[in-house]
Amino acid sequence: MSVIALHPKQQQEADGAPATIRAPSPAPPTAPLAFSLRGITKRFGDKTVLDGIDLDVPQGQFVAVIGKSGCGKSTLLRILAGLDSPTSGSLTVAGGSAAERRSRIMFQEPRLLPWARISRNVEIGLTGIARGDVARDLSLQILQEVGLADSTEEWPSVLSGGQKQRVALARALVAHPFILALDEPLGALDALTRIEMQQLLERIWQQQKFTAVLVTHDVAEAVALADRVVVIDEGRIALDLPIPLARPRHHGSPETARLEGQILDRLFGRG
Amino acid sequence: MAKTATNTIARNLAGWLLPAALILAWETASRAGLISESVMAPPSAVLAAFVRLLASGELVENIGISTLRALSGFAIGGSIGFAFGLANGLSRLSRDLTDTTLQMVRNIPHLALIPLVILWFGIDEGAKLFLVALGVFFPIYVNTLLGIQGVDPQLVEMGRIYGMSRRELFFRVILPGALPAIFVGLRYALGIMWLTLIVAETIAASSGLGYMAMQAREFLLIDVVILSILIYALLGKLADSFARLLERLTLQWHPAFQPA
Ligand SMILES: Nc1ncnc2c1ncn2[C@@H]1O[C@H](COP(=O)(O)OP(=O)(O)O)[C@@H](O)[C@H]1O
Ligand SMILES: [Mg+2]
Repeated sequence: MSVIALHPKQQQEADGAPATIRAPSPAPPTAPLAFSLRGITKRFGDKTVLDGIDLDVPQGQFVAVIGKSGCGKSTLLRILAGLDSPTSGSLTVAGGSAAERRSRIMFQEPRLLPWARISRNVEIGLTGIARGDVARDLSLQILQEVGLADSTEEWPSVLSGGQKQRVALARALVAHPFILALDEPLGALDALTRIEMQQLLERIWQQQKFTAVLVTHDVAEAVALADRVVVIDEGRIALDLPIPLARPRHHGSPETARLEGQILDRLFGRG
Repeated sequence: MAKTATNTIARNLAGWLLPAALILAWETASRAGLISESVMAPPSAVLAAFVRLLASGELVENIGISTLRALSGFAIGGSIGFAFGLANGLSRLSRDLTDTTLQMVRNIPHLALIPLVILWFGIDEGAKLFLVALGVFFPIYVNTLLGIQGVDPQLVEMGRIYGMSRRELFFRVILPGALPAIFVGLRYALGIMWLTLIVAETIAASSGLGYMAMQAREFLLIDVVILSILIYALLGKLADSFARLLERLTLQWHPAFQPA
C-alpha cells in the first residue's frame, strides 16, 4: 500500500492533486486503510471548529458521522473530499494513482444542472475521465442501477426530490470513486423516500465496495446503514461505536434500539 | 395533441378580436364623419397609402434603411454591453474598475444626448448608430451582469469538484445559468432600439421611416403618418416575437417553457 499525505499548503496545488510521498506508515492494522486523519484541526478566525480529529477508516467501511448542528461535520467532510484544507493535521489517502484514490462528495441539495438532461448531468461525473459514447453508456448503466432507466432524457425539473438525489448519487458513482462522502444527502427527503434511498445506498455500496462516509443527523439512519458510528462533539470524536449487526438490517429491532439509545445518550451528555 | 393545437389557434385568434373590432369601429366612425379627416385618416385610406408607397418602392426602401440602422446599432451596443457584462460578472478586478463608471453613465437618459450627438455627427448615420448603440448597451450590460452574478454558487462549486476546466465551467454552468436574465435584457433592449431610432429619425434624418413620417406631416399626409406609426409597431412586435422564439428554443429546460 502506498500512502500519500496531503499537507494543507500543498493540497491547493495542481488541481488539488496530492503532493508529497511520505514514508510508509508503521505496521498497518488488519484491513488496509482507505484514509486516515491525524490531528485534523480547523479554525475559522479564532473559532476552533475541529480540534484534533484522529480517524482511521479501513477500505470498504461504511462510517456514519453524527453530531449536533454546527459541530463541524460538513467541515470535516469537505476536508476529506479535498475541498478545504485543515488548519493543521494531515489527511492520508491510500491507493495508487489519482484515479484509484478518487473521492466524490454528495450534498443535501442534488446540485443538478437544470439545463442538462438527466443523462448529461450524470456524464458530468466523468469529466476528464471518459467522453462521447463511452461516457453515455456508463451513465445509462449507472442510471439503471439507481432505478432511473426511464428518465434518462428528462429535464431535472420534472423529477421528484428523491429522484433528483438518485441522479446526484449516479453522478457521484459513475466514475467508481474510492471514497464517497455524503453530507446529509437524504436530509431533505420525506420519511418513506428516505428509507427507500437508504436501501438503494446500501445495495450500491455493497456492489461497488467503495468507502462511505455519511454525515447524518438521523441516528436511526446511521445505525441502519453504518458499520461504525462516530459522534463528534466540541470538535472532537466523542464516541466511536462499531455497529456489528448483520445485513439486511431491520428498522426497530431491539438491537438497533439499544445502539440508537447509546448514541443519543452520548449526544445529549447522559452517557 | 390535436385538441391542444386547436386550442392554441383559438387563443391566438381571440387576441386579434379586439383590434379587428377597433379597426371596424374606426372605419365606420370616419365614414360617418364622426372623426375629421385632418385628425385621423380612416383605415381604408391608410391601406391605400400603403399600396401606393409599396408600388413606388419608397416604403420598402425606408423600412430597409431603418431596419439596417436598428440592427447595426443593436449589434454594436449589444455586443459591447454583453462583453462588459461577461467581463464584470466573471472578474472582480474588471468590475471594480468599470462598474461604477458605467452605472454613472447609465443615469444619463441617452436621448438627452441628441443635441450633442448632432453636433458631433451631424445628421449622418453615425448619429443614429451611436444613439441606438448607447440605448441598447445598458439593458444588455446590466442583465448579463445580473445573470452571471445570479448563477447558483453551489452549481459552480459542483462543476469545480467534478474537475471542469474554466472553459467548461463557463459554457456548461455559468452561461446557461445567466441566459434567462440575458433574454430579459435582450427583449428590453429591442424595445429601446426601436424607440431610440424613431426619435432619432424624426429629429435628425434624411431617410428612413421616421423621416418619411415627418415629410408626410409637412404635406399634411395624415394617412402616411399613421402608416409609419403602424409599421413601427409591427417591426417592434416582430423583433419581440423573434426574441421570444429564440428564448423558447434555448430555454426548453426552464419550467416556464415546458408544456404544462
Ligand atoms: N467558511 C466558513 N467561514 C466561517 N465559519 C464557518 C465556515 N464554514 C463553517 N463555519 C462554521 O463552522 C461551524 C461548523 O460548520 P459545519 O461544518 O457546517 O457544521 P455542521 O455541518 O456540523 O452543521 C459552524 O459554526 C459554522 O458557522
Ligand atoms: Mg452541515
